[in-house]
Amino acid sequence: MLVYLLRRIALAGLMLFGLVCLTFAIANLAPSDPAALAAGPDAGRSQIEQVRREYGLDRPLPEQFLRYVSDLVQGEFGRSVATGRSVGRDLARYFPATLELCLVAMAFGMVAGISLGMLSALFKDRWLDHVTRIFAVSGIALPPFWFGLLLQLGFAAWLGWLPTSGRIGVSTDPGDPITGLLLVDSLLRGNGPLFVQCLSYIALPALVLSLPCLASILRVNRSEMVEALRADYITAARAHGVSRWRLVTVHALKNAMLPTLAIIGLRWGWMMSSTVLVETVFDWPGIGLYAVSSAIAGDFKPVMGVTLIIGLNFMLVNLIVDLLYGVLDPRLRHA
Amino acid sequence: MSLLEIRDYRLAFDTFDGTVHVLDGIDLSLGAGETLGIVGETGCGKSVLARSLLRLNESPPARVVSGAILFEGEDVLALPEAAMRRLRGRRIAMVFQDPASYLNPLLAIGTQMEDAIRGQEAALGGAVRPRRAIRAQAAGLLASVGLAEPQRLLASHPHQLSGGMRQRVLIAMALAGGPALLVADEPTTALDVTVQAQVLALIAGLVAEKGLALMLISHDLGVVTASCARVAVMYAGTVVEEAPTASLLARPMHPYAQGLIVAVPDLDNPAHKPRGIPGSIPNLLTPPAGCRFHPRCDRASEICRSTKPALRALAPDHRVACHHAEAS
Repeated sequence: MLVYLLRRIALAGLMLFGLVCLTFAIANLAPSDPAALAAGPDAGRSQIEQVRREYGLDRPLPEQFLRYVSDLVQGEFGRSVATGRSVGRDLARYFPATLELCLVAMAFGMVAGISLGMLSALFKDRWLDHVTRIFAVSGIALPPFWFGLLLQLGFAAWLGWLPTSGRIGVSTDPGDPITGLLLVDSLLRGNGPLFVQCLSYIALPALVLSLPCLASILRVNRSEMVEALRADYITAARAHGVSRWRLVTVHALKNAMLPTLAIIGLRWGWMMSSTVLVETVFDWPGIGLYAVSSAIAGDFKPVMGVTLIIGLNFMLVNLIVDLLYGVLDPRLRHA
Repeated sequence: MSLLEIRDYRLAFDTFDGTVHVLDGIDLSLGAGETLGIVGETGCGKSVLARSLLRLNESPPARVVSGAILFEGEDVLALPEAAMRRLRGRRIAMVFQDPASYLNPLLAIGTQMEDAIRGQEAALGGAVRPRRAIRAQAAGLLASVGLAEPQRLLASHPHQLSGGMRQRVLIAMALAGGPALLVADEPTTALDVTVQAQVLALIAGLVAEKGLALMLISHDLGVVTASCARVAVMYAGTVVEEAPTASLLARPMHPYAQGLIVAVPDLDNPAHKPRGIPGSIPNLLTPPAGCRFHPRCDRASEICRSTKPALRALAPDHRVACHHAEAS
């Protein structure tokens, strides 16, 4: 198990380095001049060159790369050329919003996906199964921005049940962040109305974000459950008198959870990157929206930072998934 | 009254290709404490028959066409699911073929035994016993099937055990509810030969000690005749001959049973060349009319092709389903 763990961690480190190279390459290949951007529209040639020197952009690429990496190691993501603000500080400000959105979406996707998958498998080829399967296919096929607009139209504009966009009402004071996750903070402070308000704001974007994830968890879990319920050990457990509830929720589900976990890990990464679309539609002040507005301004340091954060997240979650495999599967643990 | 009585039991599987007539009028009975072996080729329906006793065949595709399976006077086929759960493990227990795939790979042995014991007790509606009492019972069961260090075993997982140990664990689980009937479906097929003998001896010992009735299913005539007082020979979903073991070995009357016995090599008599039975088992989607063995039988006549032979007693306790068999 220890060897397995160390190998996973080493692999994650390698992947992280690859990611750093990639973000650096993308930023330098993009057809825009950050120095010109930073110097402003009215700047002359000499001013632009001065800015270029200030930011170290006149240095050869390998040297720039080394500086980029050594800055990163010190936790420094660089400075936005458009606003002059530290990207690291911006990320610290915006990331909790995205994390909260993704956590809520993932929690919903997992609970709904796994339970619907189980039900679907139990009622295989009956109407419930057909309905959930149609739902799963459409969940994957619907483009999130379009589905988001539809929900805004339905629940916010027509029914007026939920706010259209944003994270919190303009006149509401969320207080100083404790964890940065508003739902958690409001609970910690015992502020019920604020919690409900946050919930009403997060509901629609989280639903849109969770749908593709829910659908793919459902599909994987259903087919794995069908497989597990057919397994010999289930027949034997039935013959030995194990109750149906234990049979389904422990004996079969535990086996079905191995592949389901893999898809959950993958989906976390996809989810983080689709915040770019969903946060834009719902005006959610997270790193997705931050990346989009920076990219439109041709400001690449924030985009690089966001990419790194999303990649790091993806790797961390997959590392956790790998560890959970060991918890679930004694064969891995003892290997 | 017998403990188990199977009467004219017919079972079909509804598949995409059509209806497969897997069991075609099975008549068998087994008294308390008796041992019955069932032999036949792979695909003759013996495992399906064994699973029918606990209603473990998945339905669909399985469909009971007719008949009854009376256990302690109650028809298993007509029982509601709740009553069925009171039978599983408690009155009828089952040991399976491949212990590697019949134990859950992700759950500790102790958890699997605990779930079985708890499930049986919940079906009976008894009080919930503390975990420690159940673990102690499980450890005692493991010790009773000759496993050392039962406490440590409870915490281990199937992949850490050898094939023989796994089969012992499955036997211990089967004994948990104190059943009256033990159904062993090819319990030694997946094991090494030396371990086979140990497991068979263990089953025989437990059966004698606890006065269990045993239904032992195997494709291996040697396994069955060594452990059972009576043997039923199955062919393509029918019982073709049923007799006390000695009587069957000495005077097999059905051509198929005769073929099975000459197909066994005789190590003491190298001059005896084992002979196979020509042809192969019929496709049960379209089983042959009349006697299902007639296409492979050198004694087949007109009546064999049209009329299914009934099981007739030709000697005391010796029943044969063949138009041409005669009492000698």
